[in-house]
Amino acid sequence: MSLVNFTAREITCKIVYYGPGRSGKTTNLQYVYGRVPESRRGRMVSLATQTDRTLFFDFLPLELGTISGFTTKFQLYTVPGQSYYNATRKLVLQGADGVVFVGDSQARRFDDNLESLQNLQDNLLSQGVDVRQLPVVFQYNKQDLPGDLVLSHAEMDDALNFRAVPSYAADALHGHGVFETLRGISELVLKRLAVGSPVA
Amino acid sequence: MTVTLNPLYRFDTLVVGAANRLAVTAAKAVAESPGTVYNPLFVYARPGLGKTHLLMAIGHAARAINPRLSVEYLTLDEFVEAFHAAIAAGHGEAYRKRFLDVDLLLVDDVQFLTHRREMQAELLRLTDALQTASRQIVLTSDRPPADIEALDERLIRRFAGGLIIDVAAPDYETRVAILRRKAEERRATFGEGVLDAVAGLDIDNVRELLGALNRIIAFQAVSEKALTPEQARMLVGGEAVEAAEAPPPAAEPRRAEREASPAPRLTSAAVAAAVAPVESGPETAAAAPSEFDDFLSEIAATVAQQVDAWRGRVSAAVLRWQGEGFRTAQLDQLLEQEMVNDPERALREFEEDVERLQALQAEAAALAPELAGSAVFRDPANVGAAEEALRQAREEGPPPPAPSPLWRLDGFVETPANRVVLEAVRAVKTRPGDRYNPLVLIGGAAVGKTHLLHAIGNALAEEGTPVACLSAPEFTGELIQAIDRDAVSGWRARYRRAMAFLLDDVHLIAAKDRTQDELFVLFNALMDQGRQLVFSSAAPLAELAGVEPRLRSRLEGGLVVELPPPDASVRQQVLARDLEAKLGASDAELAAYLASRPADSIRAAQALLQRVLEAAASKGLPPTVELARELLEEPPAAAPAPRRSSGRSSGIVGAGANATRSREKMVWEWPEVAERVIEEWR
Repeated sequence: MSLVNFTAREITCKIVYYGPGRSGKTTNLQYVYGRVPESRRGRMVSLATQTDRTLFFDFLPLELGTISGFTTKFQLYTVPGQSYYNATRKLVLQGADGVVFVGDSQARRFDDNLESLQNLQDNLLSQGVDVRQLPVVFQYNKQDLPGDLVLSHAEMDDALNFRAVPSYAADALHGHGVFETLRGISELVLKRLAVGSPVA
Repeated sequence: MTVTLNPLYRFDTLVVGAANRLAVTAAKAVAESPGTVYNPLFVYARPGLGKTHLLMAIGHAARAINPRLSVEYLTLDEFVEAFHAAIAAGHGEAYRKRFLDVDLLLVDDVQFLTHRREMQAELLRLTDALQTASRQIVLTSDRPPADIEALDERLIRRFAGGLIIDVAAPDYETRVAILRRKAEERRATFGEGVLDAVAGLDIDNVRELLGALNRIIAFQAVSEKALTPEQARMLVGGEAVEAAEAPPPAAEPRRAEREASPAPRLTSAAVAAAVAPVESGPETAAAAPSEFDDFLSEIAATVAQQVDAWRGRVSAAVLRWQGEGFRTAQLDQLLEQEMVNDPERALREFEEDVERLQALQAEAAALAPELAGSAVFRDPANVGAAEEALRQAREEGPPPPAPSPLWRLDGFVETPANRVVLEAVRAVKTRPGDRYNPLVLIGGAAVGKTHLLHAIGNALAEEGTPVACLSAPEFTGELIQAIDRDAVSGWRARYRRAMAFLLDDVHLIAAKDRTQDELFVLFNALMDQGRQLVFSSAAPLAELAGVEPRLRSRLEGGLVVELPPPDASVRQQVLARDLEAKLGASDAELAAYLASRPADSIRAAQALLQRVLEAAASKGLPPTVELARELLEEPPAAAPAPRRSSGRSSGIVGAGANATRSREKMVWEWPEVAERVIEEWR
């Protein structure tokens, strides 16, 4: 997929929310969905079980209108967090222009975060994508939980963000940090326009 | 290390107001005559008021006036970093020398000299060296030199010795002008009063002002309705209020990405109030859509910035390739367009065409050196023409050398003595290749062989016939070059295409076997096709030693005529004509006198005339026979100018008793009285 299509005058960004199961990826998308005027959002596709766990993936298309002569579209995806859905994750990750890694700030999920991050890197590598070249931001979700249960922003950074990419504390349920995260990853992705190297 | 000058930072893109008028005037003066007016020029201003713009504008303007000027722009940080790297690599001295060769050095952000004693000393030394060599240095800072902490007193004095000037914050009118200019550049139009409303917000930093403009441009791009002044004011100016009212941020971006975009942020509530009403539920009606619109406007600004960045790249490419002498009409057309399909590809294609032209030109220049500067290799829009030119060069090589246009047949003086020769020449002109072929002109030095040969060439060329006319040494030189390049067949073809072949000083091919071989073959080829051949020789053919008999006999097979030395009547006619050409009036008496002087060639007679003219000019008199006689006949016994008693000499020494006392070779009088007086006085 090409990020910029000059012939069609279209910019399309595919952003994938990645992270361990139950970290709040779908919640992020739901919050965005709730805040986007109907005229600008497509149908959110969500394949979930009866217990609201994502089985396949979520997909939220956003039409941002014509910007500087380009029809700008964002496609937000989530991957299923459970470890046994790796084939689906690989599929969704294909052609991603940017990744939001949604970490669970709860101390007890520390290992799940690390495992998921490792899995992200493995999957990107298997597709020939260098994780250092791909725009990535971190979101540390559930920061609204009691302080003794969660790791702080700085602690999460120390644990996960060793490449010092932008990171955001969030409470996706109430929307805090959701748009900040989306804005952060969008800017990183769009700034690649200047480099003139559309993401494959 | 050294940054290229931003093509957009020029004087004509700088809005001049009361706040920066003085600085701009000084900067222009410096650009017009670097190193002579204000040196060093020190400009200080708070951030965002156009220091860098001004600095680069000086560079552009100076380069526009004198493209050979060496201009270097760098920030102090780069200067320091590169210096440290050079020192570490053991190239400190080379680094210093490098800056001493710069005609115009532009150093940005020198406020970072604070507490850097070592770099201060380096800059002091460099400033002194540049000033001594009359090279210009311009520096900018965000504060006056005296306020730069721990700055060497000597540096402050150096800066004060040039001109220290500040740029103040723009006033309201200037802000409006800046906004209008930038909106026009971005091709954005706003309703009446919108820009004035933004200018009225008292944003006194130009960069922030442009950020505000970006904001309203981005907003308008995604909004269906035109912005009102009130909305614009809220969008840009409401931040402080809204920020205070906003809920505490759930997430603080840890990195400094927000610092990177200092433009005022479009606030959620402001957008909500100003723009789209949203159809969400009642409890989220105020906050919900704003969050998305806030996001949207951010994205719009980023996209606009990135998409428009291609203009900068194309402008830079235009400057670069124009500087290298290529036509850039294709790129200019791109810039005129609102939107370009894949500008990167257009740039890439342009550069590929340029590379192709360079390769074609290199090959063509090797084949025919005169093609090297040809305009056909400078237009990337027409690579086909360049390919065609090269194809022709490959096939034909360049046309053979033409006769010199200086020598014409009507400039050759006809006398009874040379009438036979001129009759033969006329016959050749009328019926080339038919009656006298080859025509061989024999004569001593300076009797006019070359003149006549080229005159015949010109006469034939006038008939539209391609004519090759050159001297024997040139012919040999070309042959050697062709052998060297392994292009002898092309070289031969060049001459075989000529309808007439004229070779001067054919006697000089003596003992040059390969030249004689080639000439022999060429001679036969041209004769077979009925082409005219003309030769000149300083020696009679029978006396030519070292020339193969087979060639000599062929030369003798046509008409061999001897050109007599010019007699007095020829000299008189030539001199009369020269006099008329130089003075605008004829002087038969003077011409007759000069012609009567002993001279074995026209050239010698012309040298006599030249001496008389120069002597007359130095005395401020018209050239006359008396003057000529005095100059050419006065006996050397006439006493030279009184000798000075001092040991110093003018360098002209009188002839000794045994030396040849040639009146014509001595300088007896100073041309100017004043000079003589000065010399006497000394």
